[in-house]
Amino acid sequence: MLALRGVSKSFGGHAAVRDVTIEFPPATTTVLVGASGCGKSTLLRLALALVTPDAGSVTLRDQVVDAVSAPALRRQLGYVIQDGGLFPHLDAHDNVTLMARHLRLPAREIDARVRELAALTRFPADALARYPAQLSGGQKQRVGLMRALMLDPEVLLLDEPLGALDPLVRAELQDNLRQIFRAVGKTVVLVTHDLAEAAFLGDRIILLRDGSVVQAGTLRDLLESPADEYVTRFVRAQRTLLVTSPPERA
Amino acid sequence: MKRDRLASWTVAVALVFAGCSLERRGVEGANAAPPLVRVGSKQFTESVVLGEIAAGLVRTTGADAEHRAELGGTQVLWHALLRGEIDVYAEYTGTLEQEILADRGVHGWDALQAALAVEGIALSRPLGFNDTYALGVKAALADRLGLRKITDLRAHPSLRFGFTNEFMDRSDGWPGLRARYRLPQRDVRGLDHDVAYRGLDAGTLDVTDLYSTDADIRYYGLRVLEDDLSHFPVYDAVWLVRADLAERAPAAAEALTRVENRIDADAMIAMNARAKQDRVPESRVAADFLRERLGLAASGPEDPGIAGRILRRTGEHLGLVGVSLGAALLIALPLGVLAAKRPRLGALVLAGTGVLQTIPSLALLVFMIPFLGIGAPPAVAALFLYSLLPIVRNTHAGLTQVPQSLRESAEALGLPPGARLRRVELPLASPSILAGIKTAAVINVGTATLGAVIGAGGYGQPILTGIRLDDVGLILEGAVPAAVLALVVQAAFGGLERIVVPRGLRLARDE
Repeated sequence: MLALRGVSKSFGGHAAVRDVTIEFPPATTTVLVGASGCGKSTLLRLALALVTPDAGSVTLRDQVVDAVSAPALRRQLGYVIQDGGLFPHLDAHDNVTLMARHLRLPAREIDARVRELAALTRFPADALARYPAQLSGGQKQRVGLMRALMLDPEVLLLDEPLGALDPLVRAELQDNLRQIFRAVGKTVVLVTHDLAEAAFLGDRIILLRDGSVVQAGTLRDLLESPADEYVTRFVRAQRTLLVTSPPERA
Repeated sequence: MKRDRLASWTVAVALVFAGCSLERRGVEGANAAPPLVRVGSKQFTESVVLGEIAAGLVRTTGADAEHRAELGGTQVLWHALLRGEIDVYAEYTGTLEQEILADRGVHGWDALQAALAVEGIALSRPLGFNDTYALGVKAALADRLGLRKITDLRAHPSLRFGFTNEFMDRSDGWPGLRARYRLPQRDVRGLDHDVAYRGLDAGTLDVTDLYSTDADIRYYGLRVLEDDLSHFPVYDAVWLVRADLAERAPAAAEALTRVENRIDADAMIAMNARAKQDRVPESRVAADFLRERLGLAASGPEDPGIAGRILRRTGEHLGLVGVSLGAALLIALPLGVLAAKRPRLGALVLAGTGVLQTIPSLALLVFMIPFLGIGAPPAVAALFLYSLLPIVRNTHAGLTQVPQSLRESAEALGLPPGARLRRVELPLASPSILAGIKTAAVINVGTATLGAVIGAGGYGQPILTGIRLDDVGLILEGAVPAAVLALVVQAAFGGLERIVVPRGLRLARDE
């Protein structure tokens, strides 16, 4: 299990994360929501030890994730970012298999896994030879997802994975993602500023403000028993959700 | 791991330099027949002709002679002789007294011989002519202003003086002359000897220093001003020979003495005129002199023809550029990576290589002589230093411009730092790095032409000779291939980019 305990982090005097404690249970999708700059992306980067906390600790299976242990533990953490973070000099196949090839896994094993992932993410197999510059936005995200899942990690961390996509592609990928999360049964942590997406994909929603957790629970909890006035304002601000797409579990 | 690699790079570069100096030294060790005698000459026609005469004399004994022509000025030749990079060259007694041994206050042939023996250098008897310094003006101007003696110059402070750069600095040159005659002129500049003649002829200069045996005096119709206060000493031409030559090639050392007291001023002026005005190759002029005056049949090395010459110089030029660029790659790439990974150290590295870049190339070349002698090694070292900045800077820029999201994506995958650098960061920086190498290569092709000044050969050699002989054809023989080579290098890097820069990057850039 991935857990943050009493984690704080400041950048140049500005506190991005303040004393945050969250446990991410297995086979559960937790969605971190909040306005820009609330610290939700920083939490993912802390989980990966891309940044070092000023206080508190990050643990995975009770092992502390720090600069020393991170290189090995990162194989248990798949990471997808907004533009896919694909390496432009590698084609889709090589992007997905970069780490596996570095670890010198058997080619047969790698090929089988790529085929499996392409089917899972509905990525056309003949597009595997294309470079990122030749892929659509949605395809790039699918490749990014395949790359994150390649080594079958315990945890999947997604930072605004659908943020840069147009609405139709976005809706299609949301459907896919939900199927995939259910199929793989992993600990999923997803960052978004879109409450509808959070409700659609998440088992649990954590609302952050100025680096602190404001409320954790289901959308229903946020709607019916908001922790404070900010939660109400945040939920109300997402009008389309209330008018056109009543929450499933509401 | 990293340190090991750095160490092996250092060793590789050290080997490159060691290889160069071995090549330089290797000749000396060869005691088997026939011995090789290396002749040097300064960068003016008379010195080159005398060098050819020395080479011709050596060859009559069956020894091999190599003439390293137009090596530069007095100091370059003197130090090359001391270091054993050449065995003999023609010098002048006045220069020995006033310049080379100026701090010892030696005067007269006997005193000079004794002082030189201490340095392991043998002094020949005078060759037969006194090539003294003199000041010259166009005859027409001399008539108009009534100039006959150097003293007469005092009355005309607005005259424009142009002296050879060496004359500007030598104690027997302009500083001593000005003090001796109390000359008031302010407009005094240093320039190349042969360019000064042309400046005089074109009317952009009024007065220059001459060598009294210059053929140009008659050719340009110059008036030689009388040294009425006897400032200039006697400049008898002599051979300076390394003392060890008498053991290594006794016959050759003996042969050099055959022209003692045999070259009078008229003969020297005539030879200078043939070489300079009639464009007869110095080797022919020297061979004719030896045959007509001494009855010696000296067979010079065959002229390989223009194609052969260009081919040989292309080889020399590519050698200079290739070795310096290769060594620079081995050092500059790791330095660039280091600069990108350790910003504080990087600022230092970039500043240091930047400072190297600001040293004028001619100065850097000459600065290398005390450490590496003359010829290719100092030129390669100077070119190597010049190549560092473009490569270091572009490697640094290419790596620091890799987007943070990509660097973190690679890190998040679990790739260790070395693999991130190799598999992600360097490929992403490759267009920038390649552009830096290309810049270094093109600059090198141009700068390497200056290597001829210190005997490195290459395309600069015909340019240098062409300037001396006012021969545009010869200048083009060096300048055109140099320009073509620069274009070829440009094109080659265009092709290299298709191989080195990953296809995906080129696609992304074309979008």
